[in-house]
Amino acid sequence: MGAQLTQYLLTGVTIGAIYALVALGFSIIYNASHVINFAQGEFVMIGGMTTVSLVDGGVPLPLAIAAAVLVAAAVGLALEKLAIERARGASVVTLIIITIGASIFLRGLAQLVWDKNFHALRPFTGDTPIAVLGATILPQSLWVIGVTIAIVAALGWFFARTLAGKAMLAASHNRLAAELVGIRVRHVLLLAFGLSAAVGAMAGILTAPITLTSYDVGLMLALKGFAAAILGGLGSGAGAVVGGLTLGILESLGAGFISSAYKDVFAFVIMLAVLFFRPSGLFAARSAERV
Amino acid sequence: MSLLAVEGLAKEFGGLKAVDGVSFDVRPGSVHSIIGPNGAGKTTLLNLLNGIYVPSAGRIVFDGRDLTGAAPHRFAAAGIARTFQNLQIFFNMTALENVLVGGHLHARAPLAAAMLRLPGRAEAERGYRVQALELLRFVGIEEYATAPADAMPYGALKRLEIARALAALAGLVLLDEPAAGLNPTETAAIDELIKRLSAGGVTVILVEHNMRLVMGVSDHIVVLDYGKKLTEGTAEEVRNDPRVIEAYLGAAAAEA
Amino acid sequence: MLAWLARARTGGLAALVAAIVLLPLALTNNYHYEVAIVVGLNAIVCVGLNLLIGYAGQISLGHAGFYGLGAYGSAILTARYGWPPAAALAASTAGAAALAYLVGRPILKLRGHYLAMATLGMGIIISIVIATEDRITGGPDGMAVAPFTLLGYTLAGERTWYWVVGAALALAVWLALNLIDSPAGRALRALHGSEVAAQVAGVDPGRYKVLAFVISAVFAAVAGSLTAHYAGFITPAKASFLHSIELVTMVVLGGMASTFGAVIGAAVLTTLPQVLTLLKDYEMMVFGAVLMLSMIFLPRGLVPTLAAALARRRR
Ligand SMILES: Nc1ncnc2c1ncn2[C@@H]1O[C@H](COP(=O)(O)OP(=O)(O)OP(=O)(O)O)[C@@H](O)[C@H]1O
Ligand SMILES: [Mg+2]
Repeated sequence: MGAQLTQYLLTGVTIGAIYALVALGFSIIYNASHVINFAQGEFVMIGGMTTVSLVDGGVPLPLAIAAAVLVAAAVGLALEKLAIERARGASVVTLIIITIGASIFLRGLAQLVWDKNFHALRPFTGDTPIAVLGATILPQSLWVIGVTIAIVAALGWFFARTLAGKAMLAASHNRLAAELVGIRVRHVLLLAFGLSAAVGAMAGILTAPITLTSYDVGLMLALKGFAAAILGGLGSGAGAVVGGLTLGILESLGAGFISSAYKDVFAFVIMLAVLFFRPSGLFAARSAERV
Repeated sequence: MSLLAVEGLAKEFGGLKAVDGVSFDVRPGSVHSIIGPNGAGKTTLLNLLNGIYVPSAGRIVFDGRDLTGAAPHRFAAAGIARTFQNLQIFFNMTALENVLVGGHLHARAPLAAAMLRLPGRAEAERGYRVQALELLRFVGIEEYATAPADAMPYGALKRLEIARALAALAGLVLLDEPAAGLNPTETAAIDELIKRLSAGGVTVILVEHNMRLVMGVSDHIVVLDYGKKLTEGTAEEVRNDPRVIEAYLGAAAAEA
Repeated sequence: MLAWLARARTGGLAALVAAIVLLPLALTNNYHYEVAIVVGLNAIVCVGLNLLIGYAGQISLGHAGFYGLGAYGSAILTARYGWPPAAALAASTAGAAALAYLVGRPILKLRGHYLAMATLGMGIIISIVIATEDRITGGPDGMAVAPFTLLGYTLAGERTWYWVVGAALALAVWLALNLIDSPAGRALRALHGSEVAAQVAGVDPGRYKVLAFVISAVFAAVAGSLTAHYAGFITPAKASFLHSIELVTMVVLGGMASTFGAVIGAAVLTTLPQVLTLLKDYEMMVFGAVLMLSMIFLPRGLVPTLAAALARRRR
């Protein structure tokens, strides 16, 4: 029982780390633009698939990873420039449909560039399980957890310490004020999409050795990432991380102890419960509407 | 006997006390004005008086019923209607339809009857429309009846707000700066409108910065400053109260 | 003509009936009929969904869930429990309405993105349950559905179904138009225009939003049930998130708060993939691109945009 629990927790933290990265990417874009980006999962897919095909083509792993992140970031920039920027001031539904259109488009493109098969990436450092407290963990899971921590730390530093990061935060709090003090909100949006895509791509690269990757892995991951972001409070960075981890762990425990067939349902049940009882998430503050 | 009794009403936003322990009574049939410098808490007070905000403290008793904490549509059902300082027009409808919504409480129809357009529905619809058109005429904008609201000029929209509020046939109508942004002719029309309303037996609470309008129509005036009731009385009493002059001058000095 | 379509109530309805009656002149084979029938069924869902999205201003990214409930409810009750199809249709529609009512209360307190996410979650949960409970639903492989019979008469053949679906669509549009022009319909539109002002006029927002949610769920469930009987086979894809999105896109593309727009949106987005299959491998890409481009360049939707353009020209 104890070992089993440990095993579920370890699995949960690994999945949770990925959800956290997807939720973070999602929050970065949401904060900057108030767009719910349904193509977030496609960044993840592009990261994984690009790395796989580059490695298969003989490119060394680190180089392939760097290239994949850049490709995803470029797609993110293109999405902002070609679609989001042109739809300024559109309604929530319209923006949602645009990003869903982008997501379908990217999936169709991936189908053409690659194929409809599943692909595996070789684990970064072998696949001998490591024993931990009676349970085991894959070295790749340690990579997932470690790199996620590094990315969270880097983002934390970026938003707290760098000028660009502070500008992004300022623009998300009050667009007009940010523009008045000379922040180019358009650049902030571009930066947000690029950064978010890069973070998403890293999630895809990290999991490709564990869960395999294909042209359509993005959708479910994106939806779970949203659930994580809602759980933590839309737009909160710390919330995204805690929401992702909580969701990963609950999902793993639920699959282990309740029903593995309903593994994918837990995230949404939890999200609905949060929305019903604490709509602003576990972290965000409430505000009164003005008339 | 008062129509509306407000006791110790308060509303805080974060640390800011926008309305701070305000009490007053409104007599039926009177025109009761609330004045005060910008940011004094007048709009917040009106928002409390029809349930848009839930008070942090205090009670609202209307027509003998305690409505404290009730939802806005309950205040409406009890007989309180309202216009907004920042226009809250249904811009997705025509002027006439805006007024029809104002009469929502008197135009209930069973859903099935409405969807199946059972006999009698068309008749009833025509009745509502005639009444709504009558109200548009009363406020003097009947020429816009079939115009989409988003194609109407500002002055007409201000009056549309009033027509919509009147359609509720409420005993108490709250007017939040009905003359703001209007030219002198239009303001005179509002003045005249309030007098006609009052003559028709409707009780009016008026929030307004235009002092000529306020002094001309009010039976009673409450002065707010920083969320607190500074004083109240007739137009004459308030006009000569040094505290009122100071509150306005002080505000003006601070702004300058 | 289009401006008149977008506005006039009876004129529009007459035009729709005329279109339904005359369309068979242009339908030359069974495949054409099939597409027309699916257009009609989707249009019924969209007319209902438009009441919620276009008129009441509330998003739902989960309506395929109600559609799936109607479809699977009918399939399961007829196949596994031997119910007559008409009773199964009524029961599964009532079930969808009951679920919409129960879920609608808490969900519709949410706004904007939160409402989108909550309806999305609801839809996904329904679709996962359908795909997972394979002993009664057949799981991801789907299940066969008996033909629709009523009073000993079996609905069969494309032509018969065409008239049934055509009549159902005309009825759906008529009901929707009547609602929109009634006090309840104006209350819905008022909530969209200014929720505060609507409340102050005495509209109970919870009640009316739930009303629109339930009505739209009923339209979706009826269409789902008819689809199941017509197609004779259903899969969980009908209840999936992507199908929810397709439905919403039909409404938005046709033009929000335009009942005829909803019909036209359904027609365009149902026939488009049929045309796109000619593009084979490019199908998905082109479909995604069409969604993006139409939302970027026609954010108000086809019918209102065309109506505005015509009105301008006439002046
Ligand atoms: N929803 C809200 N959240 C936070 N603060 C608010 C809110 N509504 C009002 N306030 C604050 O409460 C105070 C009173 O505002 P209110 O709008 O009631 O003033 P007012 O007397 O109507 O002013 P004006 O004459 O300019 O209309 C102001 O300081 C305002 O900034
Ligand atoms: Mg005010």
